[in-house]
Amino acid sequence: MIGKATRRVDGPKKVRGAAPYAADQAIEPTPYIGWIVEATIGKGRVVSIDTAAAEREPGVVRVLTHENTPKQIPYGETRDGSDADRFTMSHALLNGTEIRHPGQAVALVVAGTLEAARGAALLVKVTYETDDGRYVVTGEEPEDLLVVPDELDGGQEPDVVKGDIDAAMAEAAHTLDVEYTTPSQISAAMEPHATIAVWADGELTLYLSIQVIGWAITALANTFGLEKSQVRILSPFTGGGFGSKLGVHGDAVLASLAAMTLEHPVKVVQTRRSVFVNAPHRGSSIQRLRLAADAEGKLLGVGHDSRMPMASYGYEFAEPTAAGARASYETPALHTVHRVVKVDLPPIDSMRAPGEAIGSLALEGALDELAHDLGLDPLELRLRNLADREPQSGKPFASNDLRRCLEKGAEAFGWTDRPEPRQRDGRWWRGWGMAACTRVNMLMEGAARIRLDADGRARAELDMTDIGTGSYTILTQIAAEGLGLPLESVEVVLGDSRLPETAGSGGSFGAATAGGALKNATDNLCARLVELARDHGDSPLRGAEGEGRVAEGRVWIGDRSLGFDEVVGLVGGELSAEGSIAPGENSEKYAQYAYGAHFVTLRVDGVTGEVRLERALGAFSFGRVLNPITARSQLIGGMTYGIGGALTEALHVDPRSGAFPNRDFAEYHLAVQRDVPPLEVHMLGEPDEKCGALGSKGIGELGLCGIGGAIANAVFHATGVRVREMPITPDKVLAGLMAQGD
Amino acid sequence: MKLQIDGQDHDLGDLDPRTTLLDALRERLGLMGTKKGCDHGQCGACTVLVNGRRINSCLALAVMHEGDAITTVAGLEADDGTPSALQEAFMEHDAFQCGYCTAGQLCSATSLLREVKRGEPSVLTPMGAELSLSELSDDEIRERMSGNLCRCGAYANIVAAVRQAAEAES
Repeated sequence: MIGKATRRVDGPKKVRGAAPYAADQAIEPTPYIGWIVEATIGKGRVVSIDTAAAEREPGVVRVLTHENTPKQIPYGETRDGSDADRFTMSHALLNGTEIRHPGQAVALVVAGTLEAARGAALLVKVTYETDDGRYVVTGEEPEDLLVVPDELDGGQEPDVVKGDIDAAMAEAAHTLDVEYTTPSQISAAMEPHATIAVWADGELTLYLSIQVIGWAITALANTFGLEKSQVRILSPFTGGGFGSKLGVHGDAVLASLAAMTLEHPVKVVQTRRSVFVNAPHRGSSIQRLRLAADAEGKLLGVGHDSRMPMASYGYEFAEPTAAGARASYETPALHTVHRVVKVDLPPIDSMRAPGEAIGSLALEGALDELAHDLGLDPLELRLRNLADREPQSGKPFASNDLRRCLEKGAEAFGWTDRPEPRQRDGRWWRGWGMAACTRVNMLMEGAARIRLDADGRARAELDMTDIGTGSYTILTQIAAEGLGLPLESVEVVLGDSRLPETAGSGGSFGAATAGGALKNATDNLCARLVELARDHGDSPLRGAEGEGRVAEGRVWIGDRSLGFDEVVGLVGGELSAEGSIAPGENSEKYAQYAYGAHFVTLRVDGVTGEVRLERALGAFSFGRVLNPITARSQLIGGMTYGIGGALTEALHVDPRSGAFPNRDFAEYHLAVQRDVPPLEVHMLGEPDEKCGALGSKGIGELGLCGIGGAIANAVFHATGVRVREMPITPDKVLAGLMAQGD
Repeated sequence: MKLQIDGQDHDLGDLDPRTTLLDALRERLGLMGTKKGCDHGQCGACTVLVNGRRINSCLALAVMHEGDAITTVAGLEADDGTPSALQEAFMEHDAFQCGYCTAGQLCSATSLLREVKRGEPSVLTPMGAELSLSELSDDEIRERMSGNLCRCGAYANIVAAVRQAAEAES
């Protein structure tokens, strides 16, 4: 079952509109609707708030503000003084007058209908005192504003330096010292952050759009001073996350606050515009790339330093922008330094592939520049510099398949047919580009339970989420394989905090963690089944000789077998087992990465500067393929995400107020259907037994890493214009063409 | 105020005239198949069919559609519950991941097939060209589905699914 092309088990629900997302849940009594009133300043405090007109509106139940809501644990703290991170700390809102960032909630209008709440929200009058804030990172900041983060996302060190990059740059035959920039970006899951909160009998129940249930429970307990056992979260379907739903945000906190205050269920669905400011975004980056190479293109030095914003309040988060540089290419001198500047922007946090997504744009672009300088095929440059051990640590790799991805990808694409640069075809310039990708593989702690009922049907239970990755499907496969049952005999129940705790969906660790835990639970259940069949006093196979095993939905001792229903019958109505997984020795001993190589062709409009992709191919290696259908979907999804990142996505910031002037889908441009060319995916990996119980590596982020670099490199190949300021919009390409007389 | 949705009449009483068709479906009638992605006509998640044509239900007031036949994702399957050819093709080609945009994609694609059958050109259709479902190009499908965003990035699979349904229907 594992590894077989299996259709999404939740497909029939999703094509009928019958999968219940957070805001779809039918609750009695009908929830009130809460509408967020956002601060209209960047940083400062509320001086006065006049809700009288809003509260006079028909249908309005209450306008919640800092003046009439119960005190919460201060933002960023915990109920018992324990340590917490950005996902588990208090996320208090309306807890005082302070405005930390633009768009922060200053009131929640609660009404019987959406129309009444939305209309009344316009009538809330707020006056403010505005403080000076810092909203952009320009690269011109003085030293004293540069902060060394405690650690980078994923636990990496902010600085990894080995050898002498300056000496390498001074002595090498070929050097490059350039700056790349990437803009702020937004995860933009199609489902806006949403919550229905119910407060009853001292228990807070949330129907919540979330990626990781366990962290959300802790965060809510820390926000409201509740015991974790008083909070329950139900999240059977989440409409995308991409990092933005790793933790709880305004909808969850405000719906809970209102439900507890009014003792009535409350639904808060963030508006799309609100999601841009009341949920996290990816910070902008300024990246300095230094490469030094000898005449044959052997790297003598790699420098990848970055400067990014960090939220000035509550928590630390810094992207490991140089993660790829630390992991991909052999070099005697490595200089990777991450600095952040504290800003007063809306929350800055993980967005799909933190680190590698934007870091690979710069690193893979710079390598292309170096190859051009050397007169070397950019594919060949990469092949000459592959690492035998992890460059930053010297650790062995669990497995490193980058060479195969590059070679097989190039072969499948026909890379050797790449034409000379600057091919002009009427008004179009045509170009080819490639890039490599590396994405760290992580395993977390997780648990799972598997039950067998009296009819011999299985039910897997865990608090895992399915954010579109295919959790329901692969977990069904894993349980079915473990028990030798057909898929139809397995039910997977997810998204309930009362079930065994997993690490949820994030960081591409979901499948290996939840799946590994479920595999171990299933193994434990099999052992118990065999033990019962052999040893139970009433078992027809008691004392039977031979190997005990579970296969084809039966328990075997030698060549005799019992049905699951018969074995379960020995102990009454049901049998269950739990299993768990945790990162072990192999996570310490081996550097674990998934790999890929991207190849694209595109054309550039010589008149407008517009880039149109024509073809993209990705060759990936990520250990065991759990399900080629859902795996391919994740990979093409990542590639598609990266196309937007390279060509269209930029969240602009008003440096005076921190406002995002383009916070909607009319002005923040995701890749749309017509931006995406035919995509080809090759999955090359084999099970890597050093990576978890399943031998699989995470792929939720892999497809995104590197494709932007391949696109930028193809634009250069087509036109001779090197755009280092992402995204590659027509104005930048056109300016480059005009500057060179085209 | 009455609405006819998926063949069923629904009485909405004295509906607040500010209510959009989308909010009437979801918040008044509890018909949750249709999704809200942006509420501004920018994402297509709320696409429904009104008298067989696709519209963004977030951009329509419910009161404008009394007497119209409204079809949501829940009304695409046959009376006996058999999925439509498009629904089947979406499952076969894994044309969704999180599934949140899927209702809109399916309604949009359902309308697309009818628009092509009626010979309605897109910006890509050469002037005066005959359109047919059997010869519908992938670029035509991409163009005609570009009003429906999918952040999971299932676009390539959506094209394959729509192409299959178009061929089946031609």
